[in-house]
Amino acid sequence: MEHIRTPKVEQVKLLDRFSNKSVTGTLHLTATHLIFVESNSTSAQEIWILHHHIASVEKLSLKTNGCPLLIQCRNFRLVHFVIPRERDCHDIYSSLLRLLRPVSYDELYAFSYNPKQNDQQREEGWQLIDLAAEFERMGVPCDQWQLTDVNREYKVCKTYPRDLYVPIMASKPIIVGSSKFRSKGRFPVLTYFYQEKKAAVCRCSQPLSGFSARCLEDEHMLQAISKANHNSRYIYVMDTRPKLNALANRAAGKGYENEDNYSNIRFQFVGIENIHVMRGSLQKLLEVVGTRSLSMTDYLVGLENSGWLRHIKAIMDAAIFLAKAVTVEGASVLVHCSDGWDRTAQVCALGSLLMDPYYRTIKGFMVLIEKDWISFGHKFADRCDQLDPDPKEVSPIFTQFLECVWQLTEQFPQAFEFSEWFLIQIHEHVHSCQFGNFLGNSQRQREDLQLKERTYSLWAHLLSEKQNYLNPVYSPSFAESHPVLEPSTQAYHFKFWRNMYHQYDRSMHPRQSILKHVLTLKDSNRELEGTVQALKTKLQKFSVSTSPLKPQTPPRERSLPPRPQSLILGAPLLSRKEVQQEEDEEVFGEEAMEDAPAITGGERTVEGSSATENGYGELMGSFGSKNEPGAVTLEFGVARMTC
Amino acid sequence: MEFAELIKTPRVDGVDLHRPFMPTVEGTLCLTGHHLILSSRQDNTEELWLLHANIDSIEKRFVGSLGTIIVKCKDLRVIQLDIPGMEECLNIASSIEALSTLDSVSLMYPFFYRPLFEVIEDGWQLFVPEEAFKDLESMTDEWRLSEVNKDFSVCPSYPSLLTVPKDIDDESLCKAASFRHGGRFPVLSYYHKKNGMVMMRAAQPLTGTNGRRCKEDEKLINATLCAGKRGYIIDTRTIAVAQQAKARGGGFEQEANYPQWRRIHKAIERSNVLQDSLIKLVEACNDQSHSMDRWLSKLEASNWQSKVKEILTTACLAAQCIDREGASVLVHGTEGTDSTLQVTSLAQIILDPACRTIRGFEVLIEREWLQAGHPFQQRCAQSAYSNGKPRSEAPVFLLFLDCVWQILRQFPCSFQFNENLLIMFFEHAYASQFGTFLGNCVAERVKLQLSQKTVSLWSWVNRPQELERFLNPLYEPNNLVIWPSVAPQSLLLWEGVFLRWNRSTKCLDEACQEMVHIIEYNKELQNKVNSLRRQLAQLETEESPLQTP
Repeated sequence: MEHIRTPKVEQVKLLDRFSNKSVTGTLHLTATHLIFVESNSTSAQEIWILHHHIASVEKLSLKTNGCPLLIQCRNFRLVHFVIPRERDCHDIYSSLLRLLRPVSYDELYAFSYNPKQNDQQREEGWQLIDLAAEFERMGVPCDQWQLTDVNREYKVCKTYPRDLYVPIMASKPIIVGSSKFRSKGRFPVLTYFYQEKKAAVCRCSQPLSGFSARCLEDEHMLQAISKANHNSRYIYVMDTRPKLNALANRAAGKGYENEDNYSNIRFQFVGIENIHVMRGSLQKLLEVVGTRSLSMTDYLVGLENSGWLRHIKAIMDAAIFLAKAVTVEGASVLVHCSDGWDRTAQVCALGSLLMDPYYRTIKGFMVLIEKDWISFGHKFADRCDQLDPDPKEVSPIFTQFLECVWQLTEQFPQAFEFSEWFLIQIHEHVHSCQFGNFLGNSQRQREDLQLKERTYSLWAHLLSEKQNYLNPVYSPSFAESHPVLEPSTQAYHFKFWRNMYHQYDRSMHPRQSILKHVLTLKDSNRELEGTVQALKTKLQKFSVSTSPLKPQTPPRERSLPPRPQSLILGAPLLSRKEVQQEEDEEVFGEEAMEDAPAITGGERTVEGSSATENGYGELMGSFGSKNEPGAVTLEFGVARMTC
Repeated sequence: MEFAELIKTPRVDGVDLHRPFMPTVEGTLCLTGHHLILSSRQDNTEELWLLHANIDSIEKRFVGSLGTIIVKCKDLRVIQLDIPGMEECLNIASSIEALSTLDSVSLMYPFFYRPLFEVIEDGWQLFVPEEAFKDLESMTDEWRLSEVNKDFSVCPSYPSLLTVPKDIDDESLCKAASFRHGGRFPVLSYYHKKNGMVMMRAAQPLTGTNGRRCKEDEKLINATLCAGKRGYIIDTRTIAVAQQAKARGGGFEQEANYPQWRRIHKAIERSNVLQDSLIKLVEACNDQSHSMDRWLSKLEASNWQSKVKEILTTACLAAQCIDREGASVLVHGTEGTDSTLQVTSLAQIILDPACRTIRGFEVLIEREWLQAGHPFQQRCAQSAYSNGKPRSEAPVFLLFLDCVWQILRQFPCSFQFNENLLIMFFEHAYASQFGTFLGNCVAERVKLQLSQKTVSLWSWVNRPQELERFLNPLYEPNNLVIWPSVAPQSLLLWEGVFLRWNRSTKCLDEACQEMVHIIEYNKELQNKVNSLRRQLAQLETEESPLQTP
């Protein structure tokens, strides 16, 4: 709290990002949040911004109506305040600068966040995901793969988890030798096992081969992986980097596998760009879509120039290659990039998701993230800028993975148990630092931080709100008919994910959300089924006993959590539930209302749909003035007079 | 002329039909006067019936004695026919070419088509101006129905009955007509019940370089304003284009002569540019080899999405003037038969919930497109695969449908119809067994005696069996004005038309069915709950007298 000099400022204007609209309200600064409360009493909206979500604060030069403060968030929210007094603005600005750069982990929200659970509940939350059980589900350990305790004390590789699965034939000396030949000691280990063909997906980092170095243990290691699969004589080695990058690494004593030294490998570059390119790409994308009065040409050219969708497609192409090699050819695949924690995580996770329907369920998706991202050491703290950041380490690698999954949900609407709200919510919390899961860079660091004792698990929280994240048209039988997804990679299938990158820009979204509508109907169906049952029981009682029991309202479940507020993906429909509730409260015998109350006409509009918000052009018609201009050209939001 | 003269080879066996995402079919190819038919020998389920009128262009290829004809259709489909025998192939190709480019309208299929269904409700009677006027009369008495164009002499492209301000007599109308391009004087397009504001449409005024004026025209449009009220003239052309039009005798309303009106210029492109845009877009969509960057750059270069945005923005602006500003609007471009109609009809969809029902939408197309004289026959003569230089072809109507689809996407619960209806209208505007879209204006249709000699599209669509396909399960009527977003991020490529033949929609269709299932199940459950409650209530009332002694 010592950083907060001005906890409250009144008469602050919040400007809309894409139109000339603004609202006035009060700004509150707390230890964890920046809160804006609109003064308008009838529809007072509140905006809560977690300090951890703030990527940058900018104080613009003083204007006549006050001092503008521009806040950009990692969840793609952008708010523009105008604070009447410059002094207040400066106070808020400098407090935020300090607050959004925590210097130690202890300052992160997760360590103060308390969802009013007892220790047991917290522990249970952390026990939800069990990776040992996950490997068991895949069929590991088995006659060819075993659990090794070589990294129990994090001695061989600091950034790997304690429990690792390797081929039976890989002895400890081989493992240790191989790890010395791999960047950061990240030697080849199993991440997914395709039981049907006994083919394995393994991951590692680049070999320290330089121009000519070789390592017998590493060669043995790959051979052991190859031998563990009797279905194929060869294994694929996928270097997910562009060839040029891999070549450049050789000069630094790193590089890629020489096919001459390894027997029976098929080496393949897949050309996904590095973290710096991805960071720049997203920045360009956000600049383009953040432009006011964006023309279609600038949008499409900007989308192209940002390269964002090209990168998304590259990741998808790589994952498809992986899935095909495993499921069609039955070959094992070893995936790596440079350090094996960014592109490798993307490709392994997405590839597994294509191959295994389990990962397309809510629980399975959590397991997948826990396995390929968290446990194998994707550097969330660095990539998501959690703590005293090095800007060169920040990169939207995980966001890209979520987007690839979203692109798949667009092609296979029935394949996923979850909807895009789930993906967006995970993205929200990867940056929120509200839960312990994504803190730190590796399992070891998480243990040091005692996260399981001191923080809560996101997965438990998400599961408690599961209803909100369900895909209403999900079909478990789809998984049976499509165990392996084969998406089309035609360029036109890759679309801009508006609901992610514009999640807070209401004017951009469809005004009526099909997802929300159908989800509500599904909830309603569940309740109606209960009501039908209750009524039937009651009718039976009537026919059996003559004693007229006073009718009771049927038991009803009211445990559904509210729809998340931050996900404004359409107008809140008149909830069937509410209508239903009214019905139930009616005394039996009276005619139950059959339909939702008719919407009366008049001045109402579909929420979020107003003429001014969209800025088709503002009409500044001051008729009667003497000097009438010849014509009015209406620009987006700005009226310009021309003669 | 006999069709038989054009058909050199009526029948070839052993023809292979290739279509994307469908198995190859081997069968017999038959040519009739109006159809290309391929039926497989194994069973009769696999059949292709293609109207010659639907064929946009064909390509021939030969490998040895095996000939291949690639047929490119106006609905953007591309199919391949492998025909054994060089001579047969050449014959078939030249026959198709001849039959698909018949000049005479009266040889078109609608004049030969006999419906296999009973016409219950004659679609030719769907829109009766007199009845529409009765509705208007119930709201306001400031308008009258004029017969000045009874014989189509005042304005050849207008219908015979027109709604005009009550105080303007026919003589003034004739004078105003002589001051407007093609005689298209300002007429009522839409009356906004909520505030009594109106939308009028016309063609450009013929001011020429010397600034001609016409008192009657000024009087006519001023008569649509209430005392002290203002109005907006939305000129769909840029100011530069409008200035240039003066040199050719056209022009725009001078503010000095129309002091109560404000002019707004927008930039909706002319028809020949649109055709080029469509060709480029379809080319981009059909090229499967595109990398991400190339696809986006091709999509951009086609300019199609820009057109959608521009048209939609203009329509929203017109609607905003009427509903938010409380001002009347006059819309025109050059001829008043293309961009003008896009704007007036889209504005009505935004403003008027009736236009979002199936019947209302049909009436809108009938009133604002067919009767208003959009030259369908000229505009839809060729589609995206035309090789020749476009004459007056342009996807004006398709762009309108695309804009409707965009609004539908943003308000998925506000329309009674679904995307299929829009796609079906697109198909029928280009090639149809029905007479509805033949001809360029009412006068031509009367001359062709379409209503006696052909079947109306509406007669078919409005049959309950057909309607089912076009119903939107999410529809919940609302009386609100719906304001769509026109940000480029909110406007999507209409995949249902442009990628229709390039992707498999199986997964999407199944998901859609599941959604329909959920909705129907909900209705079923609600009915069940209600009926159970009634039963229970009945039992209770029967029981209770026994209790009271």
